[in-house]
Amino acid sequence: MNKKVQSLLVNGLAWILSLTMLTPLLLIVVNSFKTQTEAASMKLSLPTRWVWDNYSVVIEKGKLISSFSNSLLYSAAATVFGIALAAIAAYIFARNPSKLNRFFYFFMVLGIAMPINFVTLTKVMQFTHIINTQLGIIVLLTVISLPFSVFLLHGYIGSVPRELDEAGIVDGCSPFRLFRTIVLPLLAPVLATVGVLNFMNAWNEFVIPLYYLNDSGKWPMTLAVYNFFGQFQVSWNLVSADIVLTTLPVIVIYLLGQKYIISGMTSGSVKG
Amino acid sequence: MLRNKTYPFYFTLATIALYTLFLVVPGVMGFYYSLTDWNSFSDEINFIGLDNFKTLFSSGEHYMSYVYNTLNFTVSTVVLKTALGLLFAIALNEGIKMKGFHRVMVFMPAIIPMLVVGLVFKSVLNPATGLLNETLRYVGLDFLAQKWLVDVNWAFKSIIAVDTWKGVGYIMIILLAGLQSISKSYYEAASIDGANLWHKFRYVTIPLLMPSLVVTTVLNLLYGLKVFEAVYVLTNGGPGYATDVVYTAIFKEFSMGRYGVGTALSTMLFVFMTIAGYFIIRLMTKGEDERS
Repeated sequence: MNKKVQSLLVNGLAWILSLTMLTPLLLIVVNSFKTQTEAASMKLSLPTRWVWDNYSVVIEKGKLISSFSNSLLYSAAATVFGIALAAIAAYIFARNPSKLNRFFYFFMVLGIAMPINFVTLTKVMQFTHIINTQLGIIVLLTVISLPFSVFLLHGYIGSVPRELDEAGIVDGCSPFRLFRTIVLPLLAPVLATVGVLNFMNAWNEFVIPLYYLNDSGKWPMTLAVYNFFGQFQVSWNLVSADIVLTTLPVIVIYLLGQKYIISGMTSGSVKG
Repeated sequence: MLRNKTYPFYFTLATIALYTLFLVVPGVMGFYYSLTDWNSFSDEINFIGLDNFKTLFSSGEHYMSYVYNTLNFTVSTVVLKTALGLLFAIALNEGIKMKGFHRVMVFMPAIIPMLVVGLVFKSVLNPATGLLNETLRYVGLDFLAQKWLVDVNWAFKSIIAVDTWKGVGYIMIILLAGLQSISKSYYEAASIDGANLWHKFRYVTIPLLMPSLVVTTVLNLLYGLKVFEAVYVLTNGGPGYATDVVYTAIFKEFSMGRYGVGTALSTMLFVFMTIAGYFIIRLMTKGEDERS
């Protein structure tokens, strides 16, 4: 009897919790199908008339196709470069823990805490001629992902037996071939984790383009949505549709990569 | 010798170089540029000593308020997210139907952009038409309805609440993993010794969960000190300067073209966080060093 009440209580609490998390998101979805007047008060009620046109209007006015392809380009490129650069460095740091390598490993992981100085970074961006360019955004997104990626990869590589390397050495692999053909495939699970996390972070990034892109044609979705909100604040139906389209890709990626995200977060905490 | 041949240092050079050029160099450059009158109105950059810092400190209230706000935000969100994250993790650990579904729901806000969360809550917290006040009025709790993001007394608390709403799932997932790694036999042994629920929580769960708790606290702490988007989107520092944090203040100086002052502020944060980070990261990487 007592157990039953307790289980009912806990289950009820879990539902309240889930609904608290779900409601604001549901609000956006429902209102993205309303007319402007109906959406003005952003209620949870279903639309009296389903306005599918909101989406086509947003895709046109919000320059969604261009910002979507920008976001895709930035996130995909930053993820690939970030993984490649982090993996090879973490591999060397882990396999050859000389004094020098241990120092540089620590130096790089310190980046997890180090704040970005956006103001002076402008100088570096001007100096390297990549300010206001798509390349510049890719470089910055890649670089900010490095410290945490190196940290996660280093921990994982430590658990991959070195005997496998030795087999490769005996077979006469060059150092780079050893890394590419023997070690890299073994890292697949952690690379997936790091990849999914980096992709989502890059997709959600807002501050870097806010500082370093003033050409709206190069904006990623986050910045485009924010700008769109500034223009159409009164049209919550359009803003909602815009938000749905921006958020959908990350939710899809999340549902596809859920397994890796969770295992990645845990591997970060196990070491402590 | 053989090791250096098989695992050559030069493989790491590109990674280290990029990281150094775009993250470390700007930080170090700050030490010089914070002592100059660098701004967007003139091409010349002159050395002016500690004037920028004087400006910051003598603007008294503003400066104090965003430093205070940043610390307040950090401590509040660390405490709230850890406490709630732990509670949710325990609740969704077992003995619940559809726990998979609930876990996904709680984690969902963690994956969507802060920008989107901010815009959604701008609508939810609207004093006149927002869902929160509407609901409160509907259930007859009118007196609880507030001007959430507009009232000086509530704006900052609202930002903290929204950020907790977004971030708690992330903490929950890490703690959940920690909970699942605790062997059941500890609880059984405690039961035999006559431990009640509280004892089990206090003497088994908490100590064994400590490594996970440390990690989540560190992540939250570093995130809190660097908070920008939550404030920028929800209130942009307003009303007045009531909700400004260090990073929004830096962005405002940057937008006004006062690069020197912005850099001074950035540099103080850089020094503070790098020193704190040094000890934290040393703690985090200690285990690994012993293994290799």
